[in-house]
Amino acid sequence: MRRIINYAPGNGTRIVLGALPFVVVLLVYLAGSNARLAIDPADKLMPAFASFYASITRLATTVDIATKQYLLWWDTALSLWRLVQGLGISALLGLVLGILIGFIPHLRAMFEPFMAAFSLIPPLAVLPILFILFGLGELSKIVLIVFGIAPFIIRDVMLRVASIPREQIIKAQTLGASTWQMITGVVLPQVLPRLIDSVRLSLGAAWLYVIAAEAITAEGGLGYRIFLVRRYLAMDVILPYVAWITLLAFLMDWGLRRLNAACFPWDRIREG
Amino acid sequence: MTTIVLDDVWKEYDDRIVLERVNLTLDDHEFLVIIGPSGVGKTTLLRMLLSQERPTRGRILIDGEPIAPEPTHDRGVVFQRYSVFPHLTVLGNVMRGPQWLASPILGRLFGAKRRALEEQAMTLLTRVGLAEHASKYPQQLSGGMQQRLALAQALIMKPKVLLLDEPFGALDPGTRASMHTLVRELWEENEMTIVMVTHDLSEAFLLGTRVIAVDRPRTDPQAPERFGATISSDFEAKSRIVRQSRRFEAERQNARLQLISAH
Ligand SMILES: Nc1ncnc2c1ncn2[C@@H]1O[C@H](COP(=O)(O)OP(=O)(O)OP(=O)(O)O)[C@@H](O)[C@H]1O
Ligand SMILES: [Mg+2]
Repeated sequence: MRRIINYAPGNGTRIVLGALPFVVVLLVYLAGSNARLAIDPADKLMPAFASFYASITRLATTVDIATKQYLLWWDTALSLWRLVQGLGISALLGLVLGILIGFIPHLRAMFEPFMAAFSLIPPLAVLPILFILFGLGELSKIVLIVFGIAPFIIRDVMLRVASIPREQIIKAQTLGASTWQMITGVVLPQVLPRLIDSVRLSLGAAWLYVIAAEAITAEGGLGYRIFLVRRYLAMDVILPYVAWITLLAFLMDWGLRRLNAACFPWDRIREG
Repeated sequence: MTTIVLDDVWKEYDDRIVLERVNLTLDDHEFLVIIGPSGVGKTTLLRMLLSQERPTRGRILIDGEPIAPEPTHDRGVVFQRYSVFPHLTVLGNVMRGPQWLASPILGRLFGAKRRALEEQAMTLLTRVGLAEHASKYPQQLSGGMQQRLALAQALIMKPKVLLLDEPFGALDPGTRASMHTLVRELWEENEMTIVMVTHDLSEAFLLGTRVIAVDRPRTDPQAPERFGATISSDFEAKSRIVRQSRRFEAERQNARLQLISAH
């Protein structure tokens, strides 16, 4: 009998084990749904997969009368565009401010305490302020996302800059590097993989803020739709939408991970 | 020509005296080796010669001028560790310095200049025995190989002063011997001053033209931070005589050849 940590699953077992929880959840849902539908065929809380399919094909392939759009695709495009803008601006801010504050001692002394305090402000609590300042349109939603995740990314980049060994920075100077050359040639390349990782970690929060902003006011979007159909207890729309959002988030995470591995192969090699 | 003078240098961290009363005059083209027990302040001394740290008292003069307040490209260094850039390949690491010097904005050379630099870098890599690893990343190299890479990276700048902090600590005896030969050759070719820290006494006397031992002359068991370390002994190593006689031999040989060809 070996210790349990020394049993590693083989390739086939690994796939089976990985799929198992998904299958179990689906089966449990199916059983529950069947039981409820047997008692009340009009039950709305746990619809059958056939009603999911019907609702989604309706949303994806028929033009909505009020908005003249294919709702599923339109909602997806609106939400994704908000998310991408918010994440992009946050990443850019994180990169520029994080490197400058983390690398230049005077900027660091000036902004580090401020950033620490600023990142503790709960973004949803200032949402009303954003609505007042920027109106109910797109701008306030994007500002909310930036407000919510940029401080985290900035601080993460600052930490990464601070963790570059002092020896490397001194070495760069003995090789004749100026501050600009050290930023572009030593700090930036070593920070980029971490930036992508912190964007990945922020994906969940970014979706949270998109959906929260859409729930309050929007003309469309995945979050907006979910909160709209809640009034009719339309679980046949809500559950597929939640699954769809999860899938989108998963794909973005996976894409960013692949991007990291492709662009920064050196970052994956760890010293043995 | 490079002369280094340490004039009554002290280094204190808060209340703790690390080095005290360090006086040293170093001639041009000297190979100084510093030995001493662990934690005595050898790296600290090297850091001050690099301007990474400033002496809390006293002054350091290079060629009669006060030392520059920040690291410069005429003083190269190989640290005990973390000396190479993990995001660059072996070749990229060696080519980094000259590109920074030549191209202030982009930090990159192109075309013929790049090819010339690449050739120069490969020659150096061949000499340190890393030519076949040119496209690997430093994390894929062993500790000793990383030190050799750091050495090549520093040498391509042709520094006036080269500071080495236990560069061969992680090498096997064979590689170590070949690195000794290499460093000696490069030291003679480039006419630079080398300051090297080591724990290996035989290495110290083999390579150095001068060997100094750093140690605490007095200690207070109740308050070890009260007294710092200083130069406790100073040896003129025999290799200086060897070098001078070798140089004299070379000159005599030259003169003879000239005499012969004149006839
Ligand atoms: N930044 C610092 N702040 C406070 N104390 C320091 C600092 N740097 C070094 N010291 C102290 O100075 C002393 C000398 O350190 P140093 O690194 O120079 O030793 P060393 O002679 O190089 O030792 P080794 O042979 O182990 O490398 C140590 O006792 C260390 O604790
Ligand atoms: Mg040391």
